[in-house]
Amino acid sequence: MALVIENLTRRFGATEVLRGIDLAVADRELVALLGPSGSGKTTLLKIIAGLDWPNAGSLTVADEDWLARRPQTRETGFVFQHYALFPHMRVRDNIAFGLTVQPRPRRPDAAAITARVNELLQFLQIETLADRYPAELSGGQRQRVALGRALATSPRILLLDEPFGALDAQVRRDLRRWLRHVHEASGTTTIFVTHDQEEAFELADRVVVMGAGRIEQIGRPDEIYDHPASPFVARFLGHTVELPVTLQAGRVQARGLDATALPRRALPDGPARLFLRASDITPVPAEDGRYRITDLASTGALLRVRLTESAGVEMDAEVPRRTATALAVGQAVHLRVQAGCVFVDPRSATAPPARPTVPADAPLSELKESLP
Amino acid sequence: MSSPLPLSPTHTAAPGQGRLIPRLLIAAALLSSLLLVVIPLAYIFYRAFAAGWAAFAANILEPNTLHAVWLTVLVALVVVPVNVAFGIAAAWLVARFRFPGRGALLTLIEIPFSISPIIAGICYLLLYGRQGLLGPWLAAHDLQILFALPGIVLVTLFVTSPFVMREVLPLMQAQGSDQEEAAVTLGASGWQVFRRVTLPNIRWALLYGAILCSARAVGEFGGVSIVSGSIRGQTNTLPLQIELLFNDLNIAGAFAAASTLTLIALLALVAKVVLERRR
Repeated sequence: MALVIENLTRRFGATEVLRGIDLAVADRELVALLGPSGSGKTTLLKIIAGLDWPNAGSLTVADEDWLARRPQTRETGFVFQHYALFPHMRVRDNIAFGLTVQPRPRRPDAAAITARVNELLQFLQIETLADRYPAELSGGQRQRVALGRALATSPRILLLDEPFGALDAQVRRDLRRWLRHVHEASGTTTIFVTHDQEEAFELADRVVVMGAGRIEQIGRPDEIYDHPASPFVARFLGHTVELPVTLQAGRVQARGLDATALPRRALPDGPARLFLRASDITPVPAEDGRYRITDLASTGALLRVRLTESAGVEMDAEVPRRTATALAVGQAVHLRVQAGCVFVDPRSATAPPARPTVPADAPLSELKESLP
Repeated sequence: MSSPLPLSPTHTAAPGQGRLIPRLLIAAALLSSLLLVVIPLAYIFYRAFAAGWAAFAANILEPNTLHAVWLTVLVALVVVPVNVAFGIAAAWLVARFRFPGRGALLTLIEIPFSISPIIAGICYLLLYGRQGLLGPWLAAHDLQILFALPGIVLVTLFVTSPFVMREVLPLMQAQGSDQEEAAVTLGASGWQVFRRVTLPNIRWALLYGAILCSARAVGEFGGVSIVSGSIRGQTNTLPLQIELLFNDLNIAGAFAAASTLTLIALLALVAKVVLERRR
């Protein structure tokens, strides 16, 4: 186990930024901290690097108490959201910085530093930029230099704060692929912070979803995508439609809704809420349909269907345009749902919202599987 | 002369009138800067050299004036480094940390900007003077603060203390602490972070602040005149010496000393311009 965090708490005055974080990260793993802004993910990253300190809790790396270490000796590489390159140094000197500030007995000689810098420049495909200043680089190039600077001292843990946040879409996609490659080649345990779920899912071995200072769910990307553990995660991952339903023998039931495609849930009978993505809803024309199509808009590949319930509730469904030729404005429809997640309505349930799809010890058991 | 820009027909009557106001404003600006800045400065040098080079040299080399030049430079040499160190420390504290009393500290540091230097001089007089709060103790220990170099240095420090901090602080606040934090995670010690990251980032603001501080230090009159006692050849700085010469009706001597002081200030400004060009 590379890094273990237990019950970490951080308060700024009266604000609780982290409320009891438990997280274990394996060697060579690539983990994403995913959450909206203000969820505490950057604070967690800074505590790991030693740039911030928790009020309570523990942080160990290879069973060593890391809170006892000064940030200088934590052997973490930190890549800042806006790169924080040293503007008065050339790319080459930026990358060499971590090596040149080591205490004299451990400091490599000038030739060794040059060799290491050249190796990194080549590895990161930025050899041609070696003698430029940061102001002369594009955002994507700066990102590469920042990563090179962080990797130069061969850190045990690499931490990236919104690594692609300030870049345009095409550069983001390229750099994402490139970072995955860098991680595989360097094998450095990596934790990165993002608010972009696509980025987290594409890059990470495991995703940690955070909300309001708590970990809402930990799991492999597909697992989280298919089985959000809480209403918060469901909403954050794009389940924009929420419907009141009734659970009976684990089946979801509601008038005008065909939910037979959903698997049975081990939840008590009674009222619940169904969370759906727009793309999981198929409107099926029916004489006695509860919903009425009030608008149709094409986005090219998809047809966005505006549905209005008799009581005035509105929602969007998205269907592939080529298969939806029979739909027309004014039509009455039923809804057929392909996928979705159900939570017992917190307003009617006495128990706190459970984590129905992932058992409580899931993070650790999954981690054991992922270990070599 | 027609306007180079094609104007719509409704504007064809306007161009002559349209250029009149800008020209008047430019003329007013030129005239006022001539009257307020250029002519007085030029006149100082004209009067200083009016009696020729030899007279000028004799006036400058007069022992009391020469001593005043030396004392002024000495005060600046003590005050500027102290203020640079103080300014960096204060700016760093205010820019990087949140603590109770931070706002009060900021106000406190700016007080010398808003208080007349003569008040500072009187405060020091009341504090360190023979009848002052610390006077008896100082006399008992044979420490001379007033009417000596320490008093002059203290008052000049008071008057010039905000300059460096005021120049450095906005820059440090704008740059944030990311670079310094990055350096720390890369293993840099506090001193390495300061020398290799913080200092290079603020060096131009620091230099600018130091130049402003020196210009003010050599030119300070009000506060110094109270605490120095204006002893000729001993505690007279250049601005005080100019006033003395002027009161002695030694106009040529006063203008020679004034031109020297002006030259020192202009040199500081030229240094600033040259350094700004090179950045």
